[in-house]
Amino acid sequence: MTGTGVGASVKRKEDQRFITGKGQYTDDINLKDQTYAYFVRSPHAHATIKSINTKKAAAMPGVLGVFTGEHVKEDKIGGLICGWAITSKDGSGMKAGPHPILADGKVRYVGDHVAVVVAETKEQAKAAAAMVDVKYATLPHNVDAAKAMSTKAQVHDVASDNRVYNWSIGDEGNTAAAFKNAAHVTKLDIVNNRLIPNAMEPRAAIGSYDTGMEAYTLYTTSQNPHVARLVISAFHGLCPEHKLRVIAPDVGGGFGSKIFIYAEEVVCVWVSKRVGGRPVKWTAERTESFLADAHGRDHVTQAELATDASGRITGLRVHTTASMGAYLSTFSSCVPTYLYATLLSGQYNIPNIYAEVDAVYTNTAPVDAYRGAGRPEATYVVERLVETAARELKMDPAEFRRKNFVTQFPHQTPVIMCYDAGDYDASLRKAQEMADVNGFAARKAASAKKGKLRGLGYSAYIEACGIAPSAAIGSLGAGVGLWESAEVRVNPVGSVEILTGSHSHGQGHETTFAQLVSDRLGVDFNNVSVVHGDTDKVQFGMGTYGSRSGAVGMHAISKALDKIEAKAKKVAAAVMEASTDDVEFKNGTFTVKGTDKKMAFGEVALAAYVAHKFNSAEIEPGLKESAFHDPANFVFPAGVHICEVEIDPDTGVTEIANYTCVDDFGNLINPMIVEGQVQGGIVQGIGQALAEGCVYDDASGQLLTGSYMDYRMPRAADVPSFNLGFTCTPCPTNPMGMKGCGEAGAIGSPPAVINAVTDALGIREIAMPATPQVVWNAVQGMKKAAE
Amino acid sequence: MPTVSMKVNGKAVKGEVEGRTLLVEFIREHLGLTGTHVGCDTSQCGACIVHVDGKAVKSCTALAAGCDGAEITTIEGLAKNGALHPMQEAFREHHGLQCGFCTPGMIMSAVDLVKREGKKLDEETIRHGLEGNICRCTGYQNIVKAVQAGAEKM
Repeated sequence: MTGTGVGASVKRKEDQRFITGKGQYTDDINLKDQTYAYFVRSPHAHATIKSINTKKAAAMPGVLGVFTGEHVKEDKIGGLICGWAITSKDGSGMKAGPHPILADGKVRYVGDHVAVVVAETKEQAKAAAAMVDVKYATLPHNVDAAKAMSTKAQVHDVASDNRVYNWSIGDEGNTAAAFKNAAHVTKLDIVNNRLIPNAMEPRAAIGSYDTGMEAYTLYTTSQNPHVARLVISAFHGLCPEHKLRVIAPDVGGGFGSKIFIYAEEVVCVWVSKRVGGRPVKWTAERTESFLADAHGRDHVTQAELATDASGRITGLRVHTTASMGAYLSTFSSCVPTYLYATLLSGQYNIPNIYAEVDAVYTNTAPVDAYRGAGRPEATYVVERLVETAARELKMDPAEFRRKNFVTQFPHQTPVIMCYDAGDYDASLRKAQEMADVNGFAARKAASAKKGKLRGLGYSAYIEACGIAPSAAIGSLGAGVGLWESAEVRVNPVGSVEILTGSHSHGQGHETTFAQLVSDRLGVDFNNVSVVHGDTDKVQFGMGTYGSRSGAVGMHAISKALDKIEAKAKKVAAAVMEASTDDVEFKNGTFTVKGTDKKMAFGEVALAAYVAHKFNSAEIEPGLKESAFHDPANFVFPAGVHICEVEIDPDTGVTEIANYTCVDDFGNLINPMIVEGQVQGGIVQGIGQALAEGCVYDDASGQLLTGSYMDYRMPRAADVPSFNLGFTCTPCPTNPMGMKGCGEAGAIGSPPAVINAVTDALGIREIAMPATPQVVWNAVQGMKKAAE
Repeated sequence: MPTVSMKVNGKAVKGEVEGRTLLVEFIREHLGLTGTHVGCDTSQCGACIVHVDGKAVKSCTALAAGCDGAEITTIEGLAKNGALHPMQEAFREHHGLQCGFCTPGMIMSAVDLVKREGKKLDEETIRHGLEGNICRCTGYQNIVKAVQAGAEKM
């Protein structure tokens, strides 16, 4: 495919500014009379605040104000919210503790926001923050999800056993019966290691209050500026929505961590009024990102798989304890429930599934959605279990999967989801071919000759993107609808602006959305621009996360384009003196059936604006349409990862020798961008499997992995180039036949890597991250066992 | 406060700085050249890499005062007479960036790598050469392709 239309690997429009240093990220913006905020954070995992003395700090040079929870109460600024209410198995509501934007008498994790200093310079604010004298009385703390319900450390008054909810899905009785009748049961204890997202751009905010207009502006590193405006207005109660403009300019990666409405951003916009309307800027130091960005994963799971004598899966039973951290972050509650347990059927026909989830408070940073959000955790459970079961049953892991694949669509799983389309075996076959699985034995033998251990691991993932429809998720407790908006503005000269509620922070919307418009209207790709990330320009939108911007955001654009086409046809018909029914539109040209009359799209646009050639009482002038789109169903990307590792038993170093991934994302808009998303996702998953792990010290509650020297981010030399392939079953619920591709790499990869590592070592289980130390210890254990 | 003079992107600049002012702060805040980014506070991520007297330096690790008299090139100074540097062009051509935040440092690092290792770079050399730069978006594959292609055209 060449050109700039749908399906072409068009080079990105946005790159010019990024490769020349002209991007405008929040910290690059400086406003007149700007001041700087620095936060005083808790050094304790759990403590009562006895007193806060701000006198010395307030007297420091350049200080404009020191603000604490008392000021928050004075101004009646509401606390941070969690937007998804989960109901427990016993019918009780979830136990949400208060989450003030500055601490109210208590701190609950190291890094909790206690006070803020605003000063003329960053250095002055930081120096004064060190002089804020906070007296704490420490309380017992707990950082371990597995111990949360038995510890003496009670994080919130509302939850005596630290349990936020006890939720279940599926049929417990039928599942128990399946296990009773099973020929074989495979059991695994699984920890999904806690991760710290680490978008390369740290969070930042500039809040300002215009005393003349009596209105606020917030520049922020957000994936969803409209949701931020709604929450700051409706829940924090700062001002009505029309008095708050939220701008999310260029944003340097999100991966979920910039969905949430955090205290620091709210504080900046709130205290601006307190310092006379001067803009207040805060930019996180990386250490603050480690301490106070919402973390991901942190599940402790017991899982079991029942099979019959022929090797068919008959049941799956899961119990998961999910850490929420010390407070419920914006969407935290839905991650280990509706985004997790609803995917536990994987690509398989599993007649009976039962899952129970205890969400618990711990004295750690809040945990929320991180690339994949619940689906990586589900895929890890399913694919580790399936692989282990196959090995126990002495079946080839690929054949065991194949035997149990869903092959008929639509397929209703026992856990809500109804898969609409797919061909799982097609992806598996293609991946096996590309990975040269047949040659593995020879490669393994060659590795063995060098004293190395080689292993191969599969992962067949499925995930769900574009959470929808709104009414359905509303019935499950969501506080918002998850539609998307679009506005198409055709200018009189025929160029087009797309206003979208989606937000691009690396995904390349300026390019892919323009491809769609160029394709549909026949307008030159360079004459299409995309406007996003500003609540004064785009009326409303739900933002970008959950791989929804293609499936939902572009669908909204497509709907608005339908309306543009319909309106333009009316204008063209009037100008060409024909019936609207006789007007056809193709390749940017309107023609009248059976005649040689034609008009270019640009001519029709101009005609719509000059309005000379039609009756304005029948046709309104202008060419601008909008649409709100609420999808009929999720979309279901699926695929197969095959990872081959080579382990040095003397050092414990695992090298990814070969990595193949075949995805079914339906139709691709821009294969170059899709491949980029997959590559990035796989490396995040390899990071989780082999390198990254957030560690809190049990004894002190301190975050031990608080910098890039302690938290191991994957580097270029840690990973290979990947073999990527695609299969295609178009999604039946959207007109472009597309699915989501943003998270799939991170969802599918961790089990593929760990299945390969355990295969290489010939062991059943190994913990993530399987660092050289962990692997080396496993090798020593094997040696001891052999003695 | 000490005064420093430097040549930044070919232009003579002067400024008063504190002894503790970092080169990156001088570049971003005094000169308003915000293409150079700060991604960490431990000199690990490489988003702040600029060239000081022709060599790649993490500008969060250098004091502005220590660069008195130096010649600095930032990402804004890489394109010459309106034409992109081959390495910039290669990053676009090979989709070597997504969010763009690590990109300026990555490109400055890559140009330095070519100067040190030559124009014919194999994958392993590039991957090890970029050890000091972290990217969270791309998974590095397209960065490697971009650096290889950009190097050949330098």
